[in-house]
Amino acid sequence: MKRLAVVVAIAALALTGCAAQPAAEPSASPTADALEGSITVFAAASLKATFTDLAAQFEAEHPGTTVELNFAGSSDLVTQITEGAPADVFASADTKNMTKVTDAALNEGDPVDFATNVLEIAVPPGNPAGIETFADLAGPDVKLVICAPAVPCGAATVTVETATGVTLTPVSEESAVTDVLGKVTSGEADAGLVYVTDVIGAGDAVQGVEFDESSEAVNTYPIVALGDSAAPDVAQAFVDFVAGATGQKVLAAAGFGKP
Amino acid sequence: MSTTARYAGVPRWVVAIAVIGALFVVLPLAAMVLRVNWGEFVPLVTSEASVSALLLSLRTSLAATVLCIVLGVPMAIVLARSAFRGQKILRSLVLLPLVLPPVVGGIALLYTFGRRGLIGQSLDAWGISIAFSTTAVILAQTFVALPFLVLSLEGALRTVGTRYEAVGATLGAGPTTVLRRITLPLVLPALISGSVLSFARALGEFGATLTFAGSLQGTTRTLPLEIYLQRETSPDTAVALSLVLVVVAIVVVSIAHQAGSTKYLRGVL
Repeated sequence: MKRLAVVVAIAALALTGCAAQPAAEPSASPTADALEGSITVFAAASLKATFTDLAAQFEAEHPGTTVELNFAGSSDLVTQITEGAPADVFASADTKNMTKVTDAALNEGDPVDFATNVLEIAVPPGNPAGIETFADLAGPDVKLVICAPAVPCGAATVTVETATGVTLTPVSEESAVTDVLGKVTSGEADAGLVYVTDVIGAGDAVQGVEFDESSEAVNTYPIVALGDSAAPDVAQAFVDFVAGATGQKVLAAAGFGKP
Repeated sequence: MSTTARYAGVPRWVVAIAVIGALFVVLPLAAMVLRVNWGEFVPLVTSEASVSALLLSLRTSLAATVLCIVLGVPMAIVLARSAFRGQKILRSLVLLPLVLPPVVGGIALLYTFGRRGLIGQSLDAWGISIAFSTTAVILAQTFVALPFLVLSLEGALRTVGTRYEAVGATLGAGPTTVLRRITLPLVLPALISGSVLSFARALGEFGATLTFAGSLQGTTRTLPLEIYLQRETSPDTAVALSLVLVVVAIVVVSIAHQAGSTKYLRGVL
């Protein structure tokens, strides 16, 4: 009986899930104060905590709306969007991936820069390798993990390397900033180069070591509403919300810089 | 072919579902092949990073397969030929990597061989560091591939039975001679197909390697990791390398099939 109940529940969920989509379309009226409809926001993985919070606040402010969130690496999201995934808003961790979307003319309106992020050195608690500066990372016995140059955090790393003239010899070049952080929190690496926001988000699991040269590579986060949306006014309202006062407050608290 | 004539025939609806099933497997592969940029194919797969990743993959998978044979053959023999308390539990545990998500295997390996791991801590004190090394890749691959060898070999050992071994023993052969002259030759096809399957599993290993070994060209960045990384900037390269991996996998699987259909194994199956 229990199993039957579960099956029925899943079937009901599936049915309502299917029904919600067409139902949302006629209700998407362009009246500004009565926002209604459901949107899906594709956001860079580094925005997970802030956008989860912001989506909840947005829904509370506009009771007729629902915000679904999908987090992944920016380039993964771009691939999904260009392959036709149903997204209404795209928030990228860098301008390069946003350009891919605008080049494909999938955007509705121009992208707005809403945050910046810089690199910071993350070390395990207690800083066993005694890392104090960016140059310390090049030490012979330092097990350093960085992002591969192909991904945004790796590109930023290369920029800082070039600017400082320090040549890094990492033991691993990861595909995602979260993998770098994981290697540091597990204690496998002596140091990793991640974003300031990652260090804050990791809490006590890592210690941050700021370095002046980080200003050489500032990552800008743009957001844009996408065309083909069933609720374009809700999508645009969400973009404005993120770029507006509430959004900026939440982002600043997480360590993001002003655009 | 002649054996099928004796059956009542396969119901049409079964055939229809089978066709859908086959399409489900083949269509995605075809879709990928359609996306291959053939004009750029050769330069993409022969770039330094690609070749380095392919060679590393082949090298580590081969080493992992040898390790699987060295460890797996005794394991299969013990599981198939002896009876002891907790044998069933042991078998389930040995086969666990087969059903575990590889990333879980990677985390488990990290807590074993990592710098602060169960064994890694002592190794680190001895100056041996496994994380971020090619050894870590081989360990990850062996961990996920071992069950394939143990499973196929243990099954073959059980089906072959102990008759010939008993005869050999009554004629005066010691346990090692029986193993070498009777048991192993009997299950050789299963050993070959099991090894090939282990090799294929090692070649495709991704999750455990990414979690445990890291990713550095020439040291730990195997072909699946290179594909994962290339996807970020050059989808064309990712697709081209995926095709290379598919071709290698098809070759490997057909070898395994060939070995599995030699007369010994066909007899026991």
